[in-house]
Amino acid sequence: MTARLAVENLACVRGGRMLFKGISFALGAGDALLLTGPNGVGKSSLLRALAGLLPVYAGSVAAQGRIALADESPALDPRLPLARALGFWAGLDGTGDAGVAAALEAFNLAPLGDVPVRMLSTGQRRRATLARIHASAADIWLLDEPGNGLDTASLGLLEAAIAAHRAQGGLVIAASHQPLGLEGATALALEAAP
Amino acid sequence: MKAFLSILTRDLRLSLGSGGIGLPVVFFLLVATLYPFAVGPDGDLLAKTGGGVLWVAALLAALLPVDRLIAPDAESGVLDQYGVRGIGEEIVALAKITAHWLGFGPALMIAALPAAALLHLDGKTLAALEIGLLAGTPGLAALGVMVASLTAGLRRGGALAGLLMLPLAVPLIIFGAGSIGEFGGGALRFLAASSLFLVAVGPFAAGAGIRALRE
Repeated sequence: MTARLAVENLACVRGGRMLFKGISFALGAGDALLLTGPNGVGKSSLLRALAGLLPVYAGSVAAQGRIALADESPALDPRLPLARALGFWAGLDGTGDAGVAAALEAFNLAPLGDVPVRMLSTGQRRRATLARIHASAADIWLLDEPGNGLDTASLGLLEAAIAAHRAQGGLVIAASHQPLGLEGATALALEAAP
Repeated sequence: MKAFLSILTRDLRLSLGSGGIGLPVVFFLLVATLYPFAVGPDGDLLAKTGGGVLWVAALLAALLPVDRLIAPDAESGVLDQYGVRGIGEEIVALAKITAHWLGFGPALMIAALPAAALLHLDGKTLAALEIGLLAGTPGLAALGVMVASLTAGLRRGGALAGLLMLPLAVPLIIFGAGSIGEFGGGALRFLAASSLFLVAVGPFAAGAGIRALRE
């Protein structure tokens, strides 16, 4: 199955305030979209709406393929060793231990597989969140500020993981203030509603 | 089904890992130990009132882990990740209710044996109490998860959870304590009916609560 995501005339209202409206784009296999815009303009809300977590006020979202979302919360059990915490999600997604091992390798976390999640530093936790996305083998990656807290080497790992995902026909939407090396990405700048 | 089992085992493992099973049982036994000190060593009085006291203790023991049922998963984004994977909130709630019951229901039924001895209950009363606990604790578990999902987004939700849950548990207490007495058969049926109602409504009410947490 080829990944596809088509958004038409999307609008989102939160707390009685129109965050954005008239958002339209269509992405196919291997495409990437870089969301930019000032704080509070609704980048995270757009990603959550695409993931199906927020009700859509108007317009439509048509997704083909499984979706994975990486936001600021790692969603990993703090007391479990990293590999087992990732293993819970990999088990749900049907990728199993092989998926976890590949994800740990991709984000240079393999030596930390036995370390409880609560012991990880901010940057390591960020990489663990991204490893969860990697291990899910989802077609559509929604990344909310994936580069936050990452050092230069880890940013390189993230860029390599995104490139590999796109080369395999995956699709990436990232909200970020960093360029993330998304080659040939469509840019979408959200503007504050008047 | 796979998602249901995965969530069930995860929640059960978490509750067992954090002393979840020990805490309600110790609390339950503590009440059973303190009660004779409070009313005096009158065997007849203890035997007459002991069953009802154990029901109140069971209700309060079921209330103890309520702030850990939903709130941590909502904060850490686990519930969002279930949603992204398209797992229905009702399935999540049903798995959480089952895991919560497995975490305290059977343990309370075992703890009721020494507690009954402490309160001088005879064999017939103990049997009625055990049957009542078997019928009533699933309802308490459903009620606990419902209230947990409603209070998860609030600060100091734990205290509010108690205020919300105790009045709603009144039917279970009345029929639970009643099922021990002289006309126990009828009360037991009402107890089972109230419990069944809560178990049937629970997944939907708690599911709606989980959806509301995302706003």
